[in-house]
Amino acid sequence: MTITVNGKKTDLPENSGRTIDSLLAELDVSQPLYVTVELNGEILERNAFDATLVATGDTIEFLYFMGGGC
Amino acid sequence: MALTDSQIERYSRHIILKEVGGKGQQKLLASRVLIIGAGGLGAPVALYLAAAGIGTIGIADADNVDLSNLQRQVIHFTPDIGKPKVDSAREKIQAINPDVQVRCYHEWINAANIMGIIGEYDFVVDATDNFAAKFLINDACILAGKPYSHGGILQFVGQTITVLPGESTCYRCIFPTPPPKDAIPTCSQAGVIGVLPGVIGSIQATEAIKFLLGKGELLAGRLLMYDALKMKFRDVAINRNPNCPLCGEHPTITEARDELDLLTVCDLEQ
Repeated sequence: MTITVNGKKTDLPENSGRTIDSLLAELDVSQPLYVTVELNGEILERNAFDATLVATGDTIEFLYFMGGGC
Repeated sequence: MALTDSQIERYSRHIILKEVGGKGQQKLLASRVLIIGAGGLGAPVALYLAAAGIGTIGIADADNVDLSNLQRQVIHFTPDIGKPKVDSAREKIQAINPDVQVRCYHEWINAANIMGIIGEYDFVVDATDNFAAKFLINDACILAGKPYSHGGILQFVGQTITVLPGESTCYRCIFPTPPPKDAIPTCSQAGVIGVLPGVIGSIQATEAIKFLLGKGELLAGRLLMYDALKMKFRDVAINRNPNCPLCGEHPTITEARDELDLLTVCDLEQ
């Protein structure tokens, strides 16, 4: 299955049961508790991470808090 | 008001741009921009907006200049150590451009004072260094219908987005609630390369000027991310979030409020 993660084409083993939660673990995404996930242009609610399945062709962005400015 | 001969010369490189011209320059001179934070991001924003001839620049910061600021906060000089940052910034702005009127707010922006202050300005620049301020500025600007530029930096990476209330994605559309205190490192804990705020702050100043001129495409509905180590820019289109607690279909945030549990030790020391 091929998806686009943070602008990069990414090949993943076929898995029809892959959720956003399992993708976070599989890709070892940093700060999984605080990352914002954008799926195909829409911000995904955190409480939907475990029920949302990843499908071929999905475009996923991991967005991070950045609090500095000083 | 017509431009003086000296203004025509000072702004000549603006005036020959068809997107600016004499009329655009007059618009800038009649404009008011509030910069919240006179640190790493605020420094280039203030310097460039001053040079550009923004007629009124408000600058808010309760802090004093510290030796450790000087690696990146290019508006403050070594002899300014110990001085309020707003005073140091005002001196440089006025030295660059006497056309600019500077209003200093030597105080922390909070829920009690922010609505009154932002009401005096056409555009707001978030140049703060903590989530309490970033969420407060977003909330207040959305509630007041005030366009603003968000900027955030850490180590070698930065991001910025321009928010047009009611029209484009707001900070809470992307990040509905602040992270728990101390979950995300700050620049003082994790470091920041000194030129990084120069890049992000210069983009924020560009957005302010474009907004005031009404020219070009704003960085609205797109989060621009910059990685200095990889030397890559990338922007991600982000739609408004119908579940946004502030500007979504069923808002739960209806007034500016302080995220008190978010204030860091660094804020409390002030």
